Amino acid sequence: MFLILQTRDLVVAYDGRPVLRGVSLGIAPGEVVALLGANGSGKSTLVKACLGLTPATSGSVELFGEPLAKLRNRSRIGYVPQRVGASSGVPATVRELVSAGRLARRGFLRPASAADRRAVDSALVAVGLSSMARQPVSTLSGGQQQRALIARALCGEPELLVMDEPTAGVDAASQQAFAAALRQFVAGGGTVVVVLHELGPLEPLITRSVVLHGGVVVHDGAAPEPAPGHACPDHVHEHPHAPVTTPRWELNQ
Amino acid sequence: MNYLSYEFFQLSLIGALLIGLIAPSVGIYLVQRKMSLIGDGIGHVALTGVAIGFLLKTSPVLTAVLVSAAGAVAIELIRERAKASGDVALAMLFYGGIAGGVVLISLSKQGTNSTLQSYLFGSLNGTSRSDLTAMLILGAGVLGVTLLGRPWLFAVSQDEEHARVSGLPVRFLNVLLAVTTAVTVTTAMRAVGLLLVSALMVVPVATAQQVTRGFTTTLVAAMVIGVTVSGAGVLLAAEVDTPPGAFIVVLAVGLFVLVAAFASVLRRRRPVRAPNDTGHTEPPDVVLGPVT
Repeated sequence: MFLILQTRDLVVAYDGRPVLRGVSLGIAPGEVVALLGANGSGKSTLVKACLGLTPATSGSVELFGEPLAKLRNRSRIGYVPQRVGASSGVPATVRELVSAGRLARRGFLRPASAADRRAVDSALVAVGLSSMARQPVSTLSGGQQQRALIARALCGEPELLVMDEPTAGVDAASQQAFAAALRQFVAGGGTVVVVLHELGPLEPLITRSVVLHGGVVVHDGAAPEPAPGHACPDHVHEHPHAPVTTPRWELNQ
Repeated sequence: MNYLSYEFFQLSLIGALLIGLIAPSVGIYLVQRKMSLIGDGIGHVALTGVAIGFLLKTSPVLTAVLVSAAGAVAIELIRERAKASGDVALAMLFYGGIAGGVVLISLSKQGTNSTLQSYLFGSLNGTSRSDLTAMLILGAGVLGVTLLGRPWLFAVSQDEEHARVSGLPVRFLNVLLAVTTAVTVTTAMRAVGLLLVSALMVVPVATAQQVTRGFTTTLVAAMVIGVTVSGAGVLLAAEVDTPPGAFIVVLAVGLFVLVAAFASVLRRRRPVRAPNDTGHTEPPDVVLGPVT
């Protein structure tokens, strides 16, 4: 079967400390895969290794049936990083930021064609930012900046969309616009890999959930059931970040 | 204004205008990467190049271009490899560059304080016809890179990881920008001097972005500001008889202060309305009572 993305025994270590310990994963065309897991489980590292941003210690990554290093046509991938690179030292308009996503298709030193401009326009429409195309990115809300990054990925007309926590800290209006843009992309035959903290507003779109824990895949299939008590509305998250060595209270005998 | 008829003055004016045009066109990418001081560092390294030119009895501009380009590529590779210790490595390169330059210049025949001074702070009035020809050729090359390569240099300076995923030639673009910066520094060293080159790259950009909203408009505005302060600096410096290079930078910084003050007054009067999709925002988590 043709796989869009395939990793085999992928191991990634930072300074000798393994973060991924042998991940084998195949993603077929049209799938919408959520990568879930706690902080430090390796989900962002897996995405970065699949895109060649983090070197693999061992194992292999294939995209569109070709080894990662040999993949020539990079415009087939759309990448939405965590929202840090949206604004920089010099002001840039939303349109200027989004247009950067078209360069993968445009060819080095080629002027922008009418098709390039149309692709930017329709990506801005898809995320609901066309009325803000001339605004400086820095005046946008966090959710709007995130949508601009998604438009940047979409305007290259990719076949695979890879997103790293796109819904973190995003307001409700942006989450709706974001889910709509994603639905449109999937309806057009696109494949999605999205790193998420929780399924949230994207839940209806997700076809497969992969849960990482300690650098290995611990669940692969339908969305996992939340741990007992974690889904009820009264549940309060309390995660002590240091291992608890002594019980914090004694049970009455 | 009778000095306008002297050839040396015309040459120095043309040289200054050229540098005012090209320096901000490179500087905008350095500011975008939050590496505003890199031009200063390359200027330090270029001094060693000038000294080597004196010792080898060849054109100091040529050796300065070669040495500062090598230094710029080294800085770029250090930045790419090691982000944490890069800071200290850069400091070594800067101080090694200027100290080496001072030592080597004093060893050469031209090793006088006035030679050193003319490279550190510029000697625009000494611009010859052949100097100007070299500056025009180098300047055309710099503008070709910064204007034609704008979308690619913008993308790689904005978000390097995304550019890498998109398959852009990231390392080539970074080295190209580093070499272009080095060429700009050596082109401008005759005018404003190696210690003040960075100011002409950065200050017009910082001034422009007080009032601009986009990248391309900032680029154009910064180049207009660069040409204006350079031209005005040379003319006014002749009136009050001060070194033109330093005067250009004083004007540029003065204009920045004025524009920044003006822009902050404007912002206070017309507070920027945060663009928001009103009506769709999340309801508050708590029941809000009237504030008493």
